[in-house]
Amino acid sequence: METVTLTLTKAPTLYLEAETVTPDALAGKSPDEIRALPVYMGNETFTLGDFFDVSGAPGATAADTRVVVKGDLSRVKYLGTKMSAGEVVLEGSADMYVGAWMTGGTLTAKGNVDSFAGTGMKGGELIIMGNAGNYTGSAYRGDWRGMQGGRIRVKGNVGSDTGYFMNGGEIIVEGNADVHVGTHAEGGRIVIKGNAKSRLGGQMVEGTIVLLGTVDVMMPGFRYVRDEEVEVDGEMMVLSLYVGDLGERHRKRKGETIYGKLYLRPAKVAEDATARESRLARAREAKKARFTSPEGEASA
Amino acid sequence: MAEYLIRNGFVFDPVTGVKGDRKDIAVKDGKIVDSVSSSAKVYDASGKTVMAGAVEIHAHVAGPKVNEGRNYRPEDKLFNARAGTNGLRTTGGFSIPTTFKTGYAYAQMGYTVAMEAAMPPLYARHVHEEIRDTPIIDEGALPVFGNNWFVLEYLKNNELENTAAYIAWLLRASKGYGVKVVNPGGTEAWGWGLNCLSVNDPVPYFDITPAQIVKGLIEANEYLGLPHSMHIHANNLGNPGNYTTTLDTFRLNEGFAANNRFGREQTMHHTHVQFHSYGGDNWGNFESKSDAIMDYVNAHPTLTIDTGNVTLDETTTMTADGPFEHHLTELNHLKWANVDVELETAAGIVPYVYSPDIKVCAIQWAIGLELALLATDPMRCFITTDHPNAGPFTRYPRIIKWLMSKDAREERLTTFKHADKVISATHLHGIDRELTFYEIAQMTRAGPAKALGLKDVYGGLAPGMDADVVIYDINPEAPFTPDQIEQAFSAATLVIKTGVPVVENGTVINNGNKRTLWVDAKVNENPQVLRDVEEKFLKYYSVSLNNYEVQGHHYIPNPYAIEVDVTQ
Repeated sequence: METVTLTLTKAPTLYLEAETVTPDALAGKSPDEIRALPVYMGNETFTLGDFFDVSGAPGATAADTRVVVKGDLSRVKYLGTKMSAGEVVLEGSADMYVGAWMTGGTLTAKGNVDSFAGTGMKGGELIIMGNAGNYTGSAYRGDWRGMQGGRIRVKGNVGSDTGYFMNGGEIIVEGNADVHVGTHAEGGRIVIKGNAKSRLGGQMVEGTIVLLGTVDVMMPGFRYVRDEEVEVDGEMMVLSLYVGDLGERHRKRKGETIYGKLYLRPAKVAEDATARESRLARAREAKKARFTSPEGEASA
Repeated sequence: MAEYLIRNGFVFDPVTGVKGDRKDIAVKDGKIVDSVSSSAKVYDASGKTVMAGAVEIHAHVAGPKVNEGRNYRPEDKLFNARAGTNGLRTTGGFSIPTTFKTGYAYAQMGYTVAMEAAMPPLYARHVHEEIRDTPIIDEGALPVFGNNWFVLEYLKNNELENTAAYIAWLLRASKGYGVKVVNPGGTEAWGWGLNCLSVNDPVPYFDITPAQIVKGLIEANEYLGLPHSMHIHANNLGNPGNYTTTLDTFRLNEGFAANNRFGREQTMHHTHVQFHSYGGDNWGNFESKSDAIMDYVNAHPTLTIDTGNVTLDETTTMTADGPFEHHLTELNHLKWANVDVELETAAGIVPYVYSPDIKVCAIQWAIGLELALLATDPMRCFITTDHPNAGPFTRYPRIIKWLMSKDAREERLTTFKHADKVISATHLHGIDRELTFYEIAQMTRAGPAKALGLKDVYGGLAPGMDADVVIYDINPEAPFTPDQIEQAFSAATLVIKTGVPVVENGTVINNGNKRTLWVDAKVNENPQVLRDVEEKFLKYYSVSLNNYEVQGHHYIPNPYAIEVDVTQ
């Protein structure tokens, strides 16, 4: 595999759209041809050479090309977009749409990435060593065809709306997730090893969400079924299966309704009826106090 | 204005009856003329095909539901937005293109006039603002009448003159072109959660049937002598077995005779008949009934149709048939938008993917082609896609390819995933007819122009007509492949629109001299209708009369008003 290195030499004053930084676009080109590729900023067209120093040389095909991008890429969008093979390494943090619509190859972001990483992804592997923004592995705005295949691994945390309209593939978040996970999902699998906030699997039709940490608020549309053994990122563990979202349409296969699946850590001690009653009574009292006391009003 | 001479092309013009003879076409001051001076600019059309500008009779290209489609489908513009260059504007969108792309794309295919198929009168201002922003092509818009409270009340009481006076008032208020009817009574019934699936289903509250609405509006249309006939999208669209409803609707037209000074012969235009030609009683035994439909159409000269060809693309369905769109979203589970337009109409929008791997979609594709291939009179059957419902209008060249080449459509038909089932549910496999260039000119030019009452203006190359002239890069006397047909009709070599060259070598070079067509119908003053209008605006409308009418040159900077006068 041949390596071509692009080093950002000039910080873009606005945001740079660099959808040409892919093994597919660079393969088989001379350094001069690479420098002449178009990039966009605002309503103007520039060349890659206006912003990047080019060294090394790409391979003859995308599969044979490794693209290393150096510098602060936090104002560069669309890196690795639609790549089909080969390898991209982003040494610094990047802006939105990293690896969006990629169909193959490997993209490694060593820093953080902003929102829409892996939008509409169909294949390949996207590895984010830092944190990812909102809408990781989601559908493009308005589209109902989100991530279809491939794998996204985020070592850090993700923002909100991870796996929005997900249809296939896998997203593994090693850190925590913000609200809205797998909203409208019709397939695929999301693993969150850290904690989640709320609205896991809202309007989920099919697919799987696995949460190993805590969840602040469960969706009301999920029902406990049983505890079962599942494989999570190569490890077998016993988790509690909940199905939902019960408010959505669900298709049937061989007479059986297919639901979205949500796996959580089994509750340590089952709550008995009396304990539940007294917990709810305490919650009601607390709520009442909040709405009647002047301090409560002020703090609300 | 300049003079032009289009020299030595193979001319196909149904108006003058020229069938591929080598002829020169002369243009002066925006009109076709017999001859021009030696200073005329000459375009060499040798070895190429020359036709008049094409006429779109039914497309949803402007207005609130088109714009809502653009609004809620940003993914329709994904990867196809283009920056503006050389005086052209930024364009984008596939099934619901921007207004600018709409104008450019029609012109590039050689279309010079288009009729927006359903204008909600309350939002007529919006429709005209979009029409104004659609460059090059002349456009008109058909306001919808089939679920309008005034119409339902007048027709229930058999008040023909009041119906006609109201139509005349609304055409002027909305700057509309003719009488459009969508799911007569059914869209109003939708307000009660109901629908009208046959011509005899009563409309709740109003106690009138679709049959009464259709006949009443035909009668009022002919009383006024409007240039276009009543233009209908019948009840029960899109359902298996609906061809009987369609035939029932056709029969409502029997006994009427055209009354107008525009040379129009039909009294009913039925649109997107593909969606109305279904047999079977469920999606499993769904089949083509294009034969029964075309037997009727061929035998009845006061009826014209357009096809509504499915193009096998991902598109956006949108219609004033609110209940149908709800039915569709229940079928495909894709996003749904719906709106009720006060006393007048409603609309719904749902994206749809016509997949060649789905049997029903492939059968729909075949039915659309069968309608055109079974038509014995190409002057009464026009090519449309009901844009964007069955596919985007930009696919017309591909439909023309399928209609002109048996090989091209067999290649498509036999490679469907369910090819055997599709072939046995349709008639297409057994049809050998290949349409000629002359018949294509009838179906896309002279025919629709005549049906719209515009036969002396558009769709032909006779001296005195508007100079809309197109050169396509295809030699009808040399062998050509099916794909060359599609290519030639996709990007005209030259388009002259009202005497101005607007497209050269497939590229838009001029924004033209766009006009807005509307019909100014003069009737005797009718105090009852004026009182009813005032009362309904006070009682029910959310806007006042003063904010309703489409006024002045702000909305219509370049009007082309056609007058009819039935005052006595």
